[in-house]
Amino acid sequence: MADEKKFAGYICTGCGIGERLDAKQLQSVMTREGKIANCKQHEMLCSAEGVKLIRDDIDAGNATHIVIAACSRRAKVEAFSFTDVAMSRANLREGVIWLRPEGDEHQETTQEMADDYIRMACAEVKFLKVPKPSGEQALNKTLLVVGGGVTGMTSALEAAKAGYPVHLAAEEGRLGGVWADLYKRVPFRAAALGVPNGRDVDLPQPEDPGIDAMIAEIEASPLITVHLNAKITRTSGAPGRFAADISTESGGTVTENFGAIVQATDFKPYDANQLPEFAYGKTPDVVTNFELEKLAKAANGGPLKRPSDGKEVKSVAFIQCAGQRSTKPGHLPYCSGFCCTESIKQAMYFKAQNPGCDTTVLFDDLRTPGAAGEDFYRSGQQAMVTFTKGKASEVVSAGGSLKVKFKDLILNEDTEMEADLVVLATGQVPHVGPDPYAQLAVDMAETEEEKAAARKKLEVAPPSILNLDYRQGTDLPQLKHGFVDSHFICFPYETRRTGIYAAGPVRRPMDMKQAIEDAVGATMKAIQAAENAARGSGAHPRVGDLSYPSFRKEGCTQCKRCTVECPFGAINEDEQRYPQFNESRCRRCGTCMGACPVRVISFENYSIDTVGQQIKAVDMPDEFSEKPRILALACENDAYPALDMAAMAGERLSPFARVVPVRCLGSVSLSWITDALNSGYDGIVLMGCRRDDDYQCHFVRGSAMAAERLSKVGDTLQQLNLEVERVQVFEVAITDIKRAAQLINDMAATVEKIGMSPFKF
Amino acid sequence: MSTNQAMVEKYRNNFLKEVEANVEEGEWVKMCMQCGVCSGSCPLGKFWDHPPQEIFMMIRAGKRDEVLTSSSMWMCTSCYNCIVRCPRELPITHIMHGLAHYAKRLGLVPQNQPTAKFAQLFWDNLMKKGRVNELKLGMALYFMNGFGEGVKVAMKNQKLGMNMMKTGRMNPMEILGGHAVKDLGGFHKVMKKAQELEDARIAKHGA
Repeated sequence: MADEKKFAGYICTGCGIGERLDAKQLQSVMTREGKIANCKQHEMLCSAEGVKLIRDDIDAGNATHIVIAACSRRAKVEAFSFTDVAMSRANLREGVIWLRPEGDEHQETTQEMADDYIRMACAEVKFLKVPKPSGEQALNKTLLVVGGGVTGMTSALEAAKAGYPVHLAAEEGRLGGVWADLYKRVPFRAAALGVPNGRDVDLPQPEDPGIDAMIAEIEASPLITVHLNAKITRTSGAPGRFAADISTESGGTVTENFGAIVQATDFKPYDANQLPEFAYGKTPDVVTNFELEKLAKAANGGPLKRPSDGKEVKSVAFIQCAGQRSTKPGHLPYCSGFCCTESIKQAMYFKAQNPGCDTTVLFDDLRTPGAAGEDFYRSGQQAMVTFTKGKASEVVSAGGSLKVKFKDLILNEDTEMEADLVVLATGQVPHVGPDPYAQLAVDMAETEEEKAAARKKLEVAPPSILNLDYRQGTDLPQLKHGFVDSHFICFPYETRRTGIYAAGPVRRPMDMKQAIEDAVGATMKAIQAAENAARGSGAHPRVGDLSYPSFRKEGCTQCKRCTVECPFGAINEDEQRYPQFNESRCRRCGTCMGACPVRVISFENYSIDTVGQQIKAVDMPDEFSEKPRILALACENDAYPALDMAAMAGERLSPFARVVPVRCLGSVSLSWITDALNSGYDGIVLMGCRRDDDYQCHFVRGSAMAAERLSKVGDTLQQLNLEVERVQVFEVAITDIKRAAQLINDMAATVEKIGMSPFKF
Repeated sequence: MSTNQAMVEKYRNNFLKEVEANVEEGEWVKMCMQCGVCSGSCPLGKFWDHPPQEIFMMIRAGKRDEVLTSSSMWMCTSCYNCIVRCPRELPITHIMHGLAHYAKRLGLVPQNQPTAKFAQLFWDNLMKKGRVNELKLGMALYFMNGFGEGVKVAMKNQKLGMNMMKTGRMNPMEILGGHAVKDLGGFHKVMKKAQELEDARIAKHGA
């Protein structure tokens, strides 16, 4: 395509736009002010005929940059999919007519709103470029799976089944991981269809763990290469071209290239030595749930014997939540989610193999997630396992037997029971590397004191698993309790390192069935990442976006803000300390762009200018017109769709608001705010996603970064002698349909109260 | 050795097993998941020493004497709210009656438990003629707590009694024996057979 830009504009008069607005006026704004002479109207632009009108212009070489003035950019995306040109969309339907009441008294301001959106779209399109991949892409279908447990094995098998070669690296000398010693597993399925409720019916029973079958399947697969006793000593590159050094105990190191990586390192059993109150370590007859599996395996179907003297166990007590769901130091604050069903299963070992054994499960809250969950609980009850709602406080060894002291929570009394064996249902500790930001905190610490504190935190950190050669640390960032940061609901498996996916208990505590399902999901994401990288396309949530950030080197001051603030660790530094953008690690959020104080970072289809020029294009009535202007910068992931839905729901918006979608609040440059205030906007509303621990930000840290930067915007306002209320930042969820519009209306009310900005020219 | 002692000997500390084997619908007790919906649903719950959820927990905790000498299961009015609401579908009402019956068999019913007393009066009345003689049952209830008390209650209900007679709802002649079911001999045979079956069931469990 020639470099010459050919602009064309298309105004849709369908869906009531033609009736509610003066289309002639819109066209005149587009041609005279927007300077787009080639401007056409159509009564239904998204119809085959309307699309053909546009397509013909593009094919004839008459349009390289187009403006579509119709519905929201989130509507009719299939019809208006013109990937070979630069496109801007003026939102006249959801953005104007659906949010404004009908009637002559509103007509003037409503029309002005529409005119402004045309001006803004025309301004934006002039600064857009058609994104093209960088040309650095390569398709590498090979995946690296780190972790030889059930999660890792499943991941490898799933990838192989889909035709993708896998290298499976296990730390241990055999496959199976933490589950390798499992005697039986919690059943995967609920009772069969038709099994009635009630008692003494056909309910799920403990079943073969299936580990050996999995290992056999892996050994038989020609696409899977297994590395035992292996550590990843270095990982560099980006999705599509990762290079990892796999070092084995014998000293050999192989370097392989991968398209994507799955970290499935599972968990480590909680160290029960931290539970002296339950006599762990004082007597061998107090064991953890993990150790009991070994006893069961040794019994091999016969009666389980207690470790101290080999006597057949005649009474056993299970203590649930041992060292878990507790704020005591050294305890796990969370529920590991697998121990209830695990204890039910183990109690059933005794019922089946130790005739007449008294089997009591002391629980506080019995939680049985998973398909078989409730049925399996009933199964245990059928087998006459006694479930006692009670909280164990102490285990004492007394005369060849153990005494468990507990509070019965139903009968509300302190009591005790005797048992030959006590099983502690201990939890899962994620098997992860050090928190990369702990490492960064050492480098970034300004005072010696801070440095020492940060270093101390790092000293107790576990050894690295991935050894990433990234500017932002060696391993996957963590969120809570040391689990890998991977959104629980909205985008599971995604981590803050593009192309590296977390599967299984490294994300959150889970049982084997959930870990297997997790592995399937994460493997699918890894395959997508490898394929997307080959096309130069972004990963979640901007799949299909071919643009990537670039920077004007001569303007860069090497301040490093972009390299530090990128939520995905996508930016390294080269030898001369300039940022080095790794296109396929980039999620296209623009947080680097928002961070850059000298405004040198931009995307082909999103830049300081594409938004800044829209802000400038708005017609600014004078101070005495009683027509204020309110700028709303709305995150395209949640706030902007919430406003669209507000329009569909018939909410009303102030006619003085001008809404500009941004990729993420993290991409908002402070220059936009300053420019807007200087050019006479009376109020600015910034709407991003929920941030911090319960974040909903699609770019994880973008919203939080924006909040941090904007916390200082009050100073700017004071320097300009403006009221601080004029700029406000809000967290808006996609469900805040009424609220999203209300926040803007509130700003309009505030402006009415404090008066118009004096900066209008 | 009393039946009670025999049971204690036989089941030692496993009261749950004892209930499972001897109490009607007792096999269900193990399936209780301690949600407490039964206790919350019971309209008379606040008058019970131990609501059903607690009874089930006490059975598992081996609190044999406390359960069997409790007046709780005698308080059940068979409204069936608990059965309808139990998520595990336990026949709670039936279990309560089963427990009461078992306590009665072992001679552990608390003295002067009014429901137990009424049940006995009802049973004795019914067994005579194969149908309930309401006049006699009512009279027996009036005098349950002594002659003086009986006269007092009777006088208080005098007007009600007269009205019932006027409308033919009560026949004073029933006091003289009263009428029986058609085949009284057959009825007694049925009851005898039922008793035999019950005895055989109990014998099977060893006490």
